[in-house]
Amino acid sequence: MITATQKPKAPSADTRWKLVEAAMRKNGGQADALIETLHAVQESFGYLDDVSLKFVAESLRVPFSRVYGVATFYHLFTMRPPGKHTCVVCLGTACYIRGAQAIIDRVSQDMKVKPGETTEDGNLSFLTARCLGSCGLAPAVVYDGAVAGKQTADNTLDRVKRMIQ
Amino acid sequence: MTPEELHDLAVKEKAAQGDGGTTLNVCMAAGCMSSGSDKVKEALSKGLAGAPAGKPCRVKGVGCMGLCEAGPLVQIGSDGPMYKEVKAEDASDLIKTLSGAPLKRLACPTDVPFFKRQKKIVLENCGIIDPERVEDYVARDGYTALQKALNHMSQADIIQEVTASGIRGRGGAGFPTGLKWNTVAKAQSDLKYVVCNADEGDPGAFMDRSVLESDPHRVLEGMAIAGFAVGASKAYVYVRAEYPLAVKRLQIAIRQAEKLGLLGQNIMGTTFSFNIQLRMGAGAFVCGEETALMASIEGKRGTPRPRPPFPAQSGLWGKPTLINNVETFANIPPILRNGGAWYASIGTEKSKGTKVFALAGKITNTGLIEVPMGITLREIIFDIGGGIPDGKKFKAVQTGGPSGGCIPEQFLDMPLDYDSLAKVGSIMGSGGMIVMDETSCMVDVARYFMDFCMTESCGKCVPCRVGTTQMLRLLTLITEGQASPADLAQLEELCDLVKNTSLCGLGQTSPNPVVSTLRYFRHEYEAHIRDRQCPAGRCTLKKEALV
Repeated sequence: MITATQKPKAPSADTRWKLVEAAMRKNGGQADALIETLHAVQESFGYLDDVSLKFVAESLRVPFSRVYGVATFYHLFTMRPPGKHTCVVCLGTACYIRGAQAIIDRVSQDMKVKPGETTEDGNLSFLTARCLGSCGLAPAVVYDGAVAGKQTADNTLDRVKRMIQ
Repeated sequence: MTPEELHDLAVKEKAAQGDGGTTLNVCMAAGCMSSGSDKVKEALSKGLAGAPAGKPCRVKGVGCMGLCEAGPLVQIGSDGPMYKEVKAEDASDLIKTLSGAPLKRLACPTDVPFFKRQKKIVLENCGIIDPERVEDYVARDGYTALQKALNHMSQADIIQEVTASGIRGRGGAGFPTGLKWNTVAKAQSDLKYVVCNADEGDPGAFMDRSVLESDPHRVLEGMAIAGFAVGASKAYVYVRAEYPLAVKRLQIAIRQAEKLGLLGQNIMGTTFSFNIQLRMGAGAFVCGEETALMASIEGKRGTPRPRPPFPAQSGLWGKPTLINNVETFANIPPILRNGGAWYASIGTEKSKGTKVFALAGKITNTGLIEVPMGITLREIIFDIGGGIPDGKKFKAVQTGGPSGGCIPEQFLDMPLDYDSLAKVGSIMGSGGMIVMDETSCMVDVARYFMDFCMTESCGKCVPCRVGTTQMLRLLTLITEGQASPADLAQLEELCDLVKNTSLCGLGQTSPNPVVSTLRYFRHEYEAHIRDRQCPAGRCTLKKEALV
């Protein structure tokens, strides 16, 4: 017997779910809206977790396994809460040739955080990017969303320390 | 919008711009924005508001002017003096130049090879029009090619014109565009799709981003023409999520074009309808591969599948799909306006037209350039690019990103086209060009690209998933001075295996950076292995003996 499925209820009264639902509607509410929807979840909540993935799966009528598969396939999606501040070092070819690795090594060592991870106190997420397209400014570093060009190991470390204070 | 209304809009906009006033063009593409051009624009607007009334002056945010290294750039009018590294504090000084002498302190000469030696077709509007105003595009013949196509040409005529132009796909592989269009046009189906591949994943490439940020309507117009020619009414632009500004400008452009009836239902009063939707990637390099890209648009993991069937026969949701790159679509409006023969008169015998390159790395003039096919690498790097900074010596230029190769000095005078690049073991690729000087270690560069390919391998086929990991392990051993000659032999064997047995282009071309550096810089590999030394002084080799 085929029954009409109920639209699933948002996991909580948090108004951010409205943004997620709006993104699903805007993109047609079908399986192909999955990636756009996950973007909306991550933008609203900062990361993806089981609760949000289940809600998205039910809303778009996609198997949970597929939602989980997509969420873990794409590099931009994260399943861990981000730190209070983020520092992203570009590892595009131009930045690499102009010394981005030295920046990464220095910050990693000094802040005791591996690229791709968050410090234990949750203050800093230290990430790398595959080319921001700001090759003219190589090496480029993004501090809390603001791109800065022609960085060195010294001034990056300096800015990171000031940022998390 | 009827053809007459389009014409009237262009006339009106031209009249408004030609009021004898002065326009201060401020670059608002991502490069200059990240060095603070938005603040410069704000300061200029404020400064002008307080200026005494006289000739009308205005500030306009425009797209990329090319010389990203020297941003933020400001130009007085589209052919007046240009200023570099402008700060918000310089606004009042710049405004003074409007009624006085040019400002020497910030002058950025435009009569130098960087600007003079370029030939702009795709970039003709970049740095001149406001990418967020459709009227500005229309005033520069925007959407007239679409109008011509819809009202005066048959589908066969359009494909004929594109074929005659000789244009080949600008995404990297160089497949003849006319042939691709013809295949999709001939496919029988109730539904067909057009897809624009704006998933510019090559690290060190920013051509497509600049075009989308600077002149988005050009790409939309090219897509609509393609849709009409192949019989599609639905289209997607698949764009990297890492390019938020390009996404925003595309959204604005689509909305404006729909509002004017240049996209959407019954375009320009004809029976042709065409809808374009945006789809964002989520950081997966492999999604630049066309079958992976389509999977991603369908909301799935971006894993490639074997071809055939090609997308032209069975693409999005199993329907015939035309996939072209941003730059390819951007070339279509001028080809239709000026004719295929005009386009074919530029370039070399087998590679027609121009190509946009992103110049970066150890080069004086980092930025975006457009040059005719057949130009030599020496002209690009030493004339346009201004050579190697800090008195260093040129070592190699890397084209084609992780799928390409490194080209050494001996080929600098070779005319550049798809075939000549393939002959020396590299590829045209999408147009990233990274220059390396004597301080770059070629083994380290190969290791860098292998690390990239390993991270980006989707994991579907074994040769690529396991092969890239093993090749990276061997390359790391070499750069650490821990490798034996047998490791090098195994690396070469793996290169051959991965190339011949991987499922998609990512895997098949992942050994290219290794193969090409081995071909021209084998002595550097040997120095690492035999002498435990890095000739470029880049790698830190462990001195202790091998275990």
